[in-house]
Amino acid sequence: MKSIKKRFWNEYQKEIANDRFFYGRSCIRQTFFPGSETTLLKIMRDALGKDISDNADTHTCTGIGYHSDIIPLETTMAVVARLFAIMTEQGYENYAASCITSFGLYNEIIETWKHEPEMLRKTREVLKKTTGKEFQIPKNIAHPSDIIYKFRMELKEKMKYQLVNRFTGKPLRVVEHIGCHYAKMFPETGVGKAEFPYVLAGMIESWGGEVIDYPERRHCCGFGFRQYLVQANRGFSIANTKKKFESMEPYEPDFIVCNCPGCPMFLDKWQYTIAELENKVYDKEGYGIPVLTYEEMTGMLLGYNPWEMGLQIHQVQSDRLLNKIGIPFDKDDKYRGINGKILPNPNKPNVLKV
Amino acid sequence: MGNLTTLLLQDVRFREALNACMNCGVCTAICPSAEFYNYDPRKICDIVQREEDVEIEKLLRSETIWYCGECMSCATRCPRGNTPGLVIIVLRKIAQQLGYFVDSEKGRQQLILKQVIGGCILKRGYCVHPDMVIPELHPEQGPIWKWYRDNIKDIAPKFGANYKGNGPGALRHIAEKNLKEIRAIFEATNAIDFHHIIDRFSDEKRGTTPKDIYLKNIYTANNNTHNR
Repeated sequence: MKSIKKRFWNEYQKEIANDRFFYGRSCIRQTFFPGSETTLLKIMRDALGKDISDNADTHTCTGIGYHSDIIPLETTMAVVARLFAIMTEQGYENYAASCITSFGLYNEIIETWKHEPEMLRKTREVLKKTTGKEFQIPKNIAHPSDIIYKFRMELKEKMKYQLVNRFTGKPLRVVEHIGCHYAKMFPETGVGKAEFPYVLAGMIESWGGEVIDYPERRHCCGFGFRQYLVQANRGFSIANTKKKFESMEPYEPDFIVCNCPGCPMFLDKWQYTIAELENKVYDKEGYGIPVLTYEEMTGMLLGYNPWEMGLQIHQVQSDRLLNKIGIPFDKDDKYRGINGKILPNPNKPNVLKV
Repeated sequence: MGNLTTLLLQDVRFREALNACMNCGVCTAICPSAEFYNYDPRKICDIVQREEDVEIEKLLRSETIWYCGECMSCATRCPRGNTPGLVIIVLRKIAQQLGYFVDSEKGRQQLILKQVIGGCILKRGYCVHPDMVIPELHPEQGPIWKWYRDNIKDIAPKFGANYKGNGPGALRHIAEKNLKEIRAIFEATNAIDFHHIIDRFSDEKRGTTPKDIYLKNIYTANNNTHNR
């Protein structure tokens, strides 16, 4: 029985390169969680000893514009081809895309080129004409959460902390949220495919936590591109996120973790908004459910300084979570700038406790 | 087959996305937009596969095609391997090319998206940047976002970011040589022409209304007829 299960599960794995990655930064992650990208590079280089390139000539993949329907497919293909050309020039073959929308888009583009070689030829032509550049299609495309998942046991050996409540000795109960574009469009590109996405659950279980399986686990975070970007449409966004909160609330999660850059922002900020609008908070103590990026979760367990990762710029604060795990932190340093510069404290929300 | 179907079929995404929909409605059952809006992707597939120009034109001029959030959850469940979300992407493209988008409240919002996201890509090399997430326009971002924005020069370096600096790092200034090549790609692949089309039809619709008032209106207007 065990071997049948193992054989079956093997079909749900994906190939993830071992080393030498070209890092593509994310517009949304840089905007809302810049410390997460710094943390990822630190984990890759310092904790795992991997070669990962961070190149100044990279730029957007146009993904948010493409999914807001203002960028033609041919344009997106050529802009992405320019990113692949920089990767090629730098001597890399494995692309690690920080953004889930970029990751999904690269997979969509490469799949399209396979079936429509004329589109690939035209992309090569337009790139050469406009930039003089040539490119190789990456041999391997991974989301960096795939890479952390692959090396989760090596990381565990270096971790100072586990996802365990130090007061009760019980595993922390974690909601994991996978970005829709990770595996919904091309299931074979995700660990566990679209049906059993295991990329974050694998980290949580390996590092001592317990994954909460709640009814709306696979529901969209509520971004919806134009449904958030235009103010008149934001009801769509908050309503879908609220549906998730109501579904997860009875399971009393200790925190939420995401691999997409946008989802943690929505799951964090809409908690604040719902609290302000309806006086509703989704944890018993009134602080809200902390929402972390997978980089922050990994860095936190490795013992990295939470205030250098940027945990303080989430609206739902994570001090109580750090305390629950037993991670020490300097309260006075939390809202200080670089080199300890004293800054004014942020205003407090009306409802959410901080 | 009508002219509009011919146009739809020219796009590889449409050809890949729709093969004999049997109208089971599983896409609607899983769709986050269908829960919020008066929206039914099953009906959209039904209309486009009937290939009748009158009906498709009505769809292109309607609010309906603008309700999808492009999460692509529909792709995971269709028993025929269709992707209604991809059909929507092509319908939206054609609605803009033909100027039909200005006939709906939600469609008119394309001008704002073109200005904000398209403008940010061409100006900064990013789709999104902290400088454009203005707290007054984004009250949902809360006091922590205002604090971060107010102190970004002092706090971003603490996170290892290179805010508006040269060289690599998060939030770096993207060098002009890179922006120049992105703009050249936009020109050569007709993105700039596409943006001009959005501008032209929006200008016609705007008439004598001052541009700033028109933009503010399409950013905030909600006639409350969209929801279930």
